Parts: sequence; C-alpha cells; structure tokens
Amino acid sequence: MSAHRLETGGRLIDRTRRVRFTFDDAPLRGQAGDTLASALLAEGRMLQGRSFKYHRPRGPVTADSAEPNALMGLDTGARAEPNVRATSVQLSEGMVVHSQNRWPSLAFDVGRIADRLARVLPAGFYYKTFLWPRPFWKHVYEPLIRRAAGLGRAPEGVDPDRYEQLHAFADVVVAGGGVAGLAAAWAAAQGGARVIVLEETGHWGGRAVVDGLVIDGHPAEAWVTATVAALEGLANVTLRTNTSLTAVHDHGYVLADEWPQDAGAGIAAPRQRLWRIRAGRVIAANGAIERPLAFAGNDVPGVMLASAVRDYAVNYGVAVGRRVVVVTNNDDAYRTALALREAGVEVAAVVDARDTLPGPLAQQVRAHGIPIHDGSAIEAVQGDIGVTGVTLCRHSGNGACVSAQIACDAVAMSGGWSPAVHLWSHAGGKVVWDADGAMFRPDPAQGPTGHDGAVFVIPAGAAAGALWGPQALADAHAAGLRAAAETGHPGHTPAPVAEAPEERAILPVWTMPEGAGPRLKSRMFLDFQNDVKVTDVELAAREGFESVEHAKRYTTLGMATDQGKLSNINGLAVLAAARGAGIAETGTTTFRPPWTPLTLGAIAAEARGELFQAVRETPMHAWHAAHGARWEPVGQWRRPHAYVRPGETPAKAVNREVLNTRQTVGVLDASTLGKILVRGPDAGRFLDMLYTGTMSTLAVGRCRYGVMCTENGFVFDDGVVARIDATTWLCHTTTGGAEAVHGWMEDWLQCEWWDWKVHVIDLTEQLAQIAVAGPNARRVLQKLGGMDLSADALGHMRWAAGRLGDFDARVLRVSFSGELGFEVAVPASQGPALWDRLMAAGAEWGIMPYGTEALHVMRAEKGFIMVGDETDGTVTPGDLGLPTGAKKADFLGKRGLERSHLRDPERWRLVGLETLTGSVLPHGAYSVTGGYTDTYQRETDGRVTSSYYSPTLGRGIALGLVRRGPERMGEVLTFPVGAASQMKARIVDPVFFDPQGGRLDG
Amino acid sequence: MRMSHSALALVRGALTGHTGWPRTWDSPLPRDRYKVIVVGAGGHGLATAYYLGRNHGITDVAVLEKGWLGGGNTGRNTTIIRSNYLQDASSAIYEKSRALYEGLSQELNYNVMFSPRGVMMLAQTEHEVRGYLRTARANYLQGVETRFITPEEVQKRVPIIRLDGPRYPVLGALWQPRAGTARHDAVAWGYARACSAMGMHILENCEVTGVRSDAGRVSGVETTRGAIGCERLAIVVAGHSGRLAQMAGFRLPVESVTLQALVSEPVKPCMDVVVMANTVHGYLSQSDKGEMVIGGGADGFNNFTQRGSWHHIEETVRALVETFPMLSRLKMLRQWGGVVDMTGDRSPILSPTPLGGCYINCGWGTGGFKAIPGSGWAMAEMVANEAPGPLAAPFGLERFREGRFIDESVAAGVAH
Amino acid sequence: MLMLTCPCCGVSAEETEFAPGGAAHLRRAGPGTPDDAFEAYMFQRDNPRGVHFERWRHAYGCGKWFLAARCTRTLRVLGTYSARTTEPPADLAAEPPVDLAADLRAPAAEAPA
Repeated sequence: MSAHRLETGGRLIDRTRRVRFTFDDAPLRGQAGDTLASALLAEGRMLQGRSFKYHRPRGPVTADSAEPNALMGLDTGARAEPNVRATSVQLSEGMVVHSQNRWPSLAFDVGRIADRLARVLPAGFYYKTFLWPRPFWKHVYEPLIRRAAGLGRAPEGVDPDRYEQLHAFADVVVAGGGVAGLAAAWAAAQGGARVIVLEETGHWGGRAVVDGLVIDGHPAEAWVTATVAALEGLANVTLRTNTSLTAVHDHGYVLADEWPQDAGAGIAAPRQRLWRIRAGRVIAANGAIERPLAFAGNDVPGVMLASAVRDYAVNYGVAVGRRVVVVTNNDDAYRTALALREAGVEVAAVVDARDTLPGPLAQQVRAHGIPIHDGSAIEAVQGDIGVTGVTLCRHSGNGACVSAQIACDAVAMSGGWSPAVHLWSHAGGKVVWDADGAMFRPDPAQGPTGHDGAVFVIPAGAAAGALWGPQALADAHAAGLRAAAETGHPGHTPAPVAEAPEERAILPVWTMPEGAGPRLKSRMFLDFQNDVKVTDVELAAREGFESVEHAKRYTTLGMATDQGKLSNINGLAVLAAARGAGIAETGTTTFRPPWTPLTLGAIAAEARGELFQAVRETPMHAWHAAHGARWEPVGQWRRPHAYVRPGETPAKAVNREVLNTRQTVGVLDASTLGKILVRGPDAGRFLDMLYTGTMSTLAVGRCRYGVMCTENGFVFDDGVVARIDATTWLCHTTTGGAEAVHGWMEDWLQCEWWDWKVHVIDLTEQLAQIAVAGPNARRVLQKLGGMDLSADALGHMRWAAGRLGDFDARVLRVSFSGELGFEVAVPASQGPALWDRLMAAGAEWGIMPYGTEALHVMRAEKGFIMVGDETDGTVTPGDLGLPTGAKKADFLGKRGLERSHLRDPERWRLVGLETLTGSVLPHGAYSVTGGYTDTYQRETDGRVTSSYYSPTLGRGIALGLVRRGPERMGEVLTFPVGAASQMKARIVDPVFFDPQGGRLDG
Repeated sequence: MRMSHSALALVRGALTGHTGWPRTWDSPLPRDRYKVIVVGAGGHGLATAYYLGRNHGITDVAVLEKGWLGGGNTGRNTTIIRSNYLQDASSAIYEKSRALYEGLSQELNYNVMFSPRGVMMLAQTEHEVRGYLRTARANYLQGVETRFITPEEVQKRVPIIRLDGPRYPVLGALWQPRAGTARHDAVAWGYARACSAMGMHILENCEVTGVRSDAGRVSGVETTRGAIGCERLAIVVAGHSGRLAQMAGFRLPVESVTLQALVSEPVKPCMDVVVMANTVHGYLSQSDKGEMVIGGGADGFNNFTQRGSWHHIEETVRALVETFPMLSRLKMLRQWGGVVDMTGDRSPILSPTPLGGCYINCGWGTGGFKAIPGSGWAMAEMVANEAPGPLAAPFGLERFREGRFIDESVAAGVAH
Repeated sequence: MLMLTCPCCGVSAEETEFAPGGAAHLRRAGPGTPDDAFEAYMFQRDNPRGVHFERWRHAYGCGKWFLAARCTRTLRVLGTYSARTTEPPADLAAEPPVDLAADLRAPAAEAPA
C-alpha cells in the first residue's frame, strides 16, 4: 500500500484487487472501488489539474460530482472524453488518463504566466483591452485566448459507443439514495405507488453512512442495507444506482442519466442510458453541497472540503494529508477531525470562526486532545503546488496580526452547507434566503407547478434545508407520505427515528478573516475553475455590475463546469456585502438543467446514421435503386433525381431522359404525390373554398388543375383534382405538401365549418402511381390490354377506372411534360408489378424511366410552375397567371388578395426568359434596373425562378418573375452574374415548347 | 470621471488594486421629464439611446428597465452576427448592423469581441442549394459579401464536419466571411457605458406601468419609480411589447415563444467558424471559452417561462451529432430558453404607432442580437426625425394590412 | 414538456403527440370585411402573460383539433375543450390576475459564454 493509503477504513474499496492505470503516461495502481481521484490521492498525487484562467495548480476539492478542479481526459481518439471529474469516475483496469489545460506538463505549465500577470488580468480585463489595432482581435488576441482557454481536448471522429433511451412512468421519482431518499421511498411505496429511486453514485446511503448517523438504534449502514433490501422486495419499487436525476422539466418530465456498470463489457451494453420518466411527483432528496471558505490560498492543492477529506478517509482509506488542519464555521466539520483521528491521521488543529461554547462534537474533538482555535481564521495557506502550513489570526480582525503558525500538508474546510435546490428550481421553483441557516432553501410557497397547477417537486431532507440528520430523516419520511397521497396512493408506516449529536448554529462566514483587506482578498478564490476571486466580485460591484446576473457574467463566477455548485452562494454573499445589501435582496441566479453535465450522445441516442430520421420509400424504390437512381430527398421521401448509367454524367442522364420521353416514351414514379380523398354532401362547396378555382362544377370523370392559397393570398400548393362521383373528389397535392394540405383541410373542417358534411382521408401511401408520358405512351398502355384508353374514350383531363392488364387501375389522362400523358394508380402492393409490366411492354419503344430533374426540365419547357421554385410564400396566383378566383364570392386567401400590395400593378409576374446567346441563366439570378435603392442596394426588377438547359430546344430556358413582366414582352433584362460579368436575357412567353399543345394528343 | 480603456489602463489599475475603476454606467435618480424615453435597456434600447446622442445630438434621454440591464434576449442568445438575408429590406438593416459591429469595440472603447470568423449556412437538400444560390446572388447586389462554397471548402473550413451523412449530405454552403460572433453582454454594457458618458440616464428596476397621452400624443409614462414626462417614447421591450402596446392603446401582430439553446463543457479549439444547418434546425459555434454553443428550434406555443420543451433540444442535438460526430462525447453543461417575439411575417417591426410621438421596435424573433447596432441606428433616426428613414421604412406596422411582407422563410416551400 | 388531455378521445399524453395551432376563437374575416377586421383576424394577437386560449391538434392520436386554456407564465393547463366552440367556457374564461411581482422576480438568465 502507498504512503497515503490508510491501514484501516475504505468501506468502498476492495483491498484485494489492484487496478492498473496510467496518468500522464506514468503507470499507477489503485484498488477496485477507487474513484480516479482517490487512487491518485493514494498515490500521493494531489496535483490533478490546472485552473482555466491563470493555470494555477489545483488538487481535488470534493469527492463527488461537484468537482471543479480535478478534470481529466480519458482515452484518446474517437473514444476520448474530456473534462471527466476524477472525483466521481470509477477507476477501471487499464484506464488511460491525461491531465488537461497545461503545457508541457501538469507540474510545469507555461500557461501559468497568466497567474504571474494576474494583477493586470482582473475580472473582465478583456473588455478593457485588445482594442487596437482593430484586426488584431480576430487574428492575434482571440486565437491566443482561445488556445489558452478550453480545458480538455475534443474527441475526434465518430463515437464508436452506443447510447440508449428508456421511457418510464412513475407516481413518485426519488432523486438521491441517501438515507433521506430511502426513507422517502419507503414511505411513498407503502400505498402501492410506483416508485423509482435514483442514486447518482454506485452506493446507497449517501453521507449518513460516513457521518455516523444512528437510525432506529442501528448504525446508518445497517439501516441502509436493510431498507434497500426491503425496497428491493417491493414490486412497485425500482432502484437504480449510477443513475443521476439530471433534469426536471415541466409537468413532471424527468431525465435521468445512467452509466451502466457493465459498459464496455460487451457490444450489447450501451455506454450510457438516458431515462425519460414522466413522474407524478419528484422527491428531491439530493442532499446539500458543502461550501468552501474564502481565505487566502484556499485554492492550494491540499485544501479540500471537510466532507471530502472524511469521504476519502472513510470510503477509500485514503489520507489526503498526514497532518491536517480543519477550518470551519459550523459543527459538521468536527466530524472530519474525528474521522481522521480514528483513521490515525494527525489533526493539527480545528480552527473555528465562532466564539460560542463548544457543543458535543467539539467536546469529543477536544477529548482527543486536538487543539481548537475558536474565534479564529486562517490568515493564509502556505505552499504553492501543495500545502505546507497555515497561519492563523482572529476571525473578527483584518488578518494583520498572525496568532499562530501551524505546519500541515492538508486543510479541511467547511463554510456550511447549501441545500441542492437545483431540481426544485429547474422547472421554476423559487428559493428563499434562510438567514439562520445561512442558506437558500426551497420556498414552499413558490414551487414548480404541473399541468394541474399543483406543485410536483417535493424537496426532502438536506435538499429541503433540513441539514441535521434526525430532522432530515423525519422530513423525508413526511415527503414520501405526501407524494404517495398526492398521487392517489396514501399509505402509512412509522417514521424512522435517528439520533445524532446536537449541532450549534452556524456563523455565516463569507471571507476569512472578516475584515480582510485586498492583500488577502486577492488570494481568496470563490470559483476555483474560473479563477474568480473575492477582489473580482468586488471589482464588479464597484463597476456597477450590482445585479447578481451582471456580476456572474462579468466575473464568470459560477459559469465553470460545476455551474457554481461550490461558488454561487459565497460569490453572491461577497457581492451583497460589496453593495452594502442583504443576501436576500441580492438574490440568486437561476439553476438551469442539467444537474450534472449530460453527454450529447445520450441525448441523440439511437437516432444516428440510418435511424436518424425515417425515410419514406415508394413501392418501386428497390427498382430505382437497382437502376442507378441518384436520390433527391423531398421531405422524408427519396425520389430518383435521375437514373445515371455507367459512364454517364448526371447532366447527360437528364438530357437522355428528357429526349427519350419527348421522342418516344418515359415513365416516372409519381407515387409520392399527395392523394387526398374528399367526400360528402358538402365536399364540392368545401373544395370551392380551398381552391382558387371552382371544383364543385367539375363533371364526374373529369380532372381540373387547382391552386390553393393561404389566407394571406399566397400560393401554397397545387395539383390535379379528379371528380370521382357525385360526392367524391380526389385531390392531388405536391409531394412535400401532402401532409400540410391534409392538415389544412382537417383544420377548416373541424374548427371553422364543423357543420359541413365532409370526410377527408389521405390515400398517399395506399396507391402507387406511375406517369407514362410520350408519343408512344398510349401504345405502351394498350399493350397491357383491358381498358380503352383511346383519345375518344379518355380525353385529356379525364380519368377512368377499370382493368388494365391484370391490374385494377385508375387512369388519369394528365400531363406535366406536355406530352401525351397518363397517370396510372394501382394499390401500392401492385406498384412494382405494374412498373415491371410497363417496362417490358415499352421495351419495343425504348421506354426509359425519368427522374425529377427531367420532369423539371420538361415542365419548364412547357412553362408549368413548380410550387417551391416559382412560388416562395410571397407569390399570388395572379402573379403566375393561374386562376385567381376573381369571380368567386369567397375562398381561402380571397380576402388576403384584396390588400393593396397584392393588387399592386407593379408586382413581379411570371414570364419566360431567354438569353441572347442561348446559354443557361444561373438559378436565382436577379435582373437590375441600373438604379439604386434608398439603402444603396442595386435595384432589381426580376429574378430567375427556374433555369435549365433544354435538350429539346438545344439552348437555355428559364422562368422568372419580372416586374409587370407580361406587359414587357421582348424587353431585354440584365442579370449580373459576377463581379465583372453579366448576362442579358429577353422576356418571352413562358411556354417554350409546343405552345399549341398539339403533343398532348400524342 | 470615465476612465479610458486600454492595456495601459489595466497596468495602472493593477498598481492600485483596481480600486480606481468607476461605475460602468451611472445609477442616477429619475428626472421629472426627458425629451426621449426609451423603454427597455436591452441591446436594442441602449443602442437606440446611443445613436440618438451620437447621430442626432439628443442626449436628454432616459432608458427605463424593469429588471437589470441586458437581462433579456441580449444576454441569452447564441451571439451570431450575419447579414446574408434574402430580402433587400432585411439585408440592408442587418448589413448596416454588421458593419457597425466591425468598429464597435473601438467606437465604444469597450471590447465587445466582434470576431468575424465567418458564418456558413449548410445546404443539405437540392432545394436549399437553389435557395442559397438565390441568396448569394441577391447579396451580391445588396453589397453583402457572400458566396456559395463547395462541400470540399466546407470540409476545409470545418474539419469536424461529416459531409456524407446518410440523410442530409452537405451539398455546399452559403458562406459569409465577415459574419461572426460577439460577446453579447459586452454589447449592452458598452452601449450603456457610452450612453451614461453622454449624460443619459439609465434607470434599472424601473418598470413602466402606464403610458400617458395628451390629445393623441404621448406625454409621459408611469413607472414603479413615479411618473416621468417625455416628448417622445420609444418602446423597445421585446417580449413585453404587447403589454406596453396595450398601455399605449394599440395591438401588435406578435406572439411570444421560447427559443432554446445549450452549451457544452469547454474544450480546446476545434471549430473556428459558425455553422448553421437549417434543414435540421441546429446551429453551432465555439465560444472563446471553448464551449460549443448550440442553438435550436422554437416551441410552437406561446410561452413566457423561458423554459422550452425538451424534444426540441433532442432534435437539435441529434441533427448536430449526425453532422458533427465528435460532439457525441461532449457533455451539455447548461440549457436555457429565451422568449422571442414572432410577427406575422417573422420580420421585425420598427414603426410609428397610432399614438403620436410613440415608436415601437420589436418582433426580432430569433435574429435580434445581430441587429442591435443597425436597429438602434434606424430607431434613433425615426425617433429623432419623427419619421422612419430608409432602413426602418419597410418595417412599418402597416405592412400587414397592406400585405407587404418581408418574408425570409422562402426556403420553406418544399414541393414536387 | 407539456401534458395535455385530448377532449375528443380522452387520452392524456405528452406534447410530442400533439401539434400546436396558435390562438383560438379567432373570427374569420372574409372578402369584403374591413381592413381592421382582417388585420385583427390574421395578425393581431393578445399574446397574454397569463391564460391563453389556443388550438391544438391531437396529430399523432385521434387527429382531432381541440382548444386549451393554458397559462403562458406557469404552463398550467386550466382545461381543454371542443374546437366546436366559439368562445371560452365560462369556468375557464375568468382570467386569474397576473402576478406582477412574480414576473419581476422571474428574470434571471444564462449566457452561453
């Protein structure tokens, strides 16, 4: 055993099992059950980190997850994890650990030059300098600051580990598995409530087992063992260790972060598990946080919280020093003196800021012959990378008179305890200052309320401000009963009774000594990680940053990775004093989730890679994939952009597909188009309100193109509507708009015209739909046999149902390409078979599939608009030359269209654009007038909305919106396309190809 | 006596233990009357006051704040500054703002840490590619320096990005090299310090409880610190605009929702630019402290709690972990929400109101921080001249009645 | 993360099962209505810090729209009711007084850096 490993104690370690690890490449050993910090301390490594700003040497100050100093990097590469708290991570075999924020080494860090310059680098110094020369901030100062800041090194590459999420529902969730949490859980479970108990560490019992509480006549440890066993025996109780309740959200939505201890054991084990729990009541039994004391040199490695010092001795059998001074303003720290004494560690003195008569704990300490210096303070700690001694003075003075000097190698400090009010506060609970207890505690009058307005977080034990063991236990028992009753599961069980020595009142101590001057205050650290000192907070107050939020932001107090767990209360007390105000009126900052930092991978969990988001595939997806489809995501759908053949560029593929369709025949998978069935006696009237055109007059068997507007009068979707029967219409929508249109219809039917008799159903995924287009389209279909699809039987914009070959089909004679076109809809399951039949039937005419890009080119050649290209949410039907509904009494958007700007004759309207050279205009190009706006921008009067190379015409074509466009046919517009170049294009009719529409008939 | 800020001043300060630094802004008692009262001491309100003095010589100004200065969205955003907007009106005011940010530290003698590290907006669908190509062309004519860059250039500038995510591969990006970030609190503090130096009054903990008028014109306000008279009133109170408007007798086309953000623990520098991924609703930058600053989507319901719904955080983090795989092992340190005001077209309002002498500036939605200097400039011009200038004119309240929207969400329509 | 109860199917579920739809009880202003009425219908909102009457759709459940009375300061859901209602039910319409003092206590903020 090493020099710092004690012969006795260590209830959490297994002395028979050694664990090997490396720290900055040095091979070291610990025991099973050690935390990384306890193992390092046992090896005599007190120096474990460097602070953020001044790069000061630091040792651990806690033995738990609130640790601000002992942050380390685990592993390297893709498994690297920065900023791991050595105090709460379990040591494991072969662990590779690196210290952080130092160069070249932890013991010798060049960055410490900042510490030497500390006097010129007070809080907020960066606001006052680095002003000149102007480019230097970006190029010189900031890169230097960035490099010096930042703590650990970021991981690289893709995280190889897995994370999972679980959902759970509970009547009562108990945060904290200390004796308060266990007592609350036991009480809550009696009436049958579903109870989940979450403990952040791997062990039940919390502080009481270290601090020697006696419960129902038994040592706490025995009571904990028995209670856990009893809880495990209840079917309605779930117990989880290594699981931290990390966030309380509104209406009882709780997140708990589990680090499974089998992690890494096999590929099946997730690294972390995020529990998403809906809780009726949350019992916050997550204890209290010990406060440091602000005395000069309180950050020297070896100065530690008193509770941590005894945790290391009792739990891990580690002596943080061989000769320890305890300094306190309350009785609890005397337990550290007693624990050390029992472990055989010399306690040089207890320094107590109070003058009052000794209580029972102090008497025990005195009985061991440990000197107690009452009314005293630490004037300063001696040492740099480790404690060598302390000097004492009167607490009530200014520290000028040193009363004693004590050699020691560690200091155990306690400034009292702050209830962990975080979980109470996350969802809006307020806190109140308790002057007697010198603490903020939950204000029962202002709790976080649930959906029903009832307070759903119940603080219990120390977290409620009941710091004394017997009181905490009684409080927790009552909290458990209350939670059960409030969730409808009242029960009864006797309250456990605890015994502990009486404790004397705390003396609030915010700086030590009380009257310390700048010499001492400039060495008193409040926020260890961010190097915020008492003088920094005083400077903030002096400069007018009097609000607690201002002071926090100006000094960065409480903004380190511990989020102010150790520093907040001390800092705002110093601020209050500097303002000459009380702590209550100074107030506190808000406690935001999470309680402990939460791994982003656990938040994302399984939603990675292929599972990131759902993909929608049409029935013919596999065929497309097997035939060279390049995919284009449209909403969640994947549509073939083009079918690229080996040796072909995508552009060539598109040209081939266009020409083939124009010259003979092509097929398009149109299944993604929205297909919404609207039925009922009022369906026609309803559709007349939805479309700018009139659908009620559409004859059965016929199709009509329709445009929908928002109430603002702007186009939001379009498509072909087919009248199926007297009371039924089938509305086609855009691919991306299907859900929105369906929702829009439901909205109006349910919320505005609820007396109209209309049913709406979205059939999009029920049908496979294939467009067959081209001069040979009819021949291909007729080869399948069955339905008469002749021009006489099925004219343009008509539809028919019947047997097409072996298929029950609905055939619509519609065209988005300008060619003779049919769209064949069959049940989704028959889509692939139909597709195969069409490809086979069309082989003799050289049938080819075409993708969305060829579709775009062909529709642009015909001057058809595309929602999303020609429209962008600011374009009216009139702008596009589409039905404006001018003669209709009402439709959605009509009133919006009556507004002055929408009737403005200067509006930009749809035209065709042709460059003078036949080249292709760039997408999104704007034309300029040559003038300038009031804000010195070049004035524009048009823009390109779609632009393609037309293989049909052998030149570029474009559609655009141009001011008074249709009135300006033949005018030439100028499109700047680069710093020195511009293109000229003539305004032409938007229909570039087959303006007479003769090709529709094949 | 105001102390000039410089490295030398810090050294001098060190010699006296930094006891000589004066208040950053004074805390005077309210006077009976001011020429102009600005309600709201956030960035926009303070900038309004500052430019009233600087550009128009009006220093008889009080800025009233119900809580603490800069305590609203000024201090709770992700600090992104850019001006690559599509519509002329937007790009004009945001570019004015960005240009003012360039010299703001020197102008205010207060380091606001404007860092033009560049902002890129990823194009992850063909539709987005077309949208950003259009924006780049518009920006060129607007005098805003942007360009569309290739995936290879994206990768070069952002080594930690993964271009070939299975769902949304990166197809390119709209890149604005002179966009970036600034230190948000410092912007408010710097303006406050400069306003105070001009003799303006910044009155914290002074809540307006009523608006006084006389014959259709504003005459003053009632506050928790007593009645204060004024000739002109500028309401610049973001989430509280509805209530102030009600006091002044008009209604607004504004709803307030919560927008959330989060930061990771600090790590050493790994990303030097700001990346926005609008398809998946996430944006990411690294602060000077080393924290990865992540902004996400907004709740769809009215909410004044400054607490948003968890699933938005989840969606944002999923998307960003997918695009930046190394984020997976970093830890979320803190999450928070801000109340943002959404107008009928998602663009802000800078406008005269039905009450004479009363002007309103609100509705910045998710884009307020970047606009602070330009918004203050335009608002000051309107208050000083009692009429909107060219920057503010398009943002008047009447545009909703006229249907003259300034709609930046043009990429929203996905079709075919 | 809100909990809401759909009055149509009776299911209590969390927010992700629903889709929010903005202010309730708006009166549609159609063709021929004055500009004021149209502006009020489309744009002007009370945006209360207090009880807000609003539309929700049980989008991933029964699909029905319904209305809710919810406090925007506390998120308390005072009740949900049918969308086929032109004004708030009397028992939900009585707006509790807004606690100004609580509002003043509330602001406290975070910074990203």
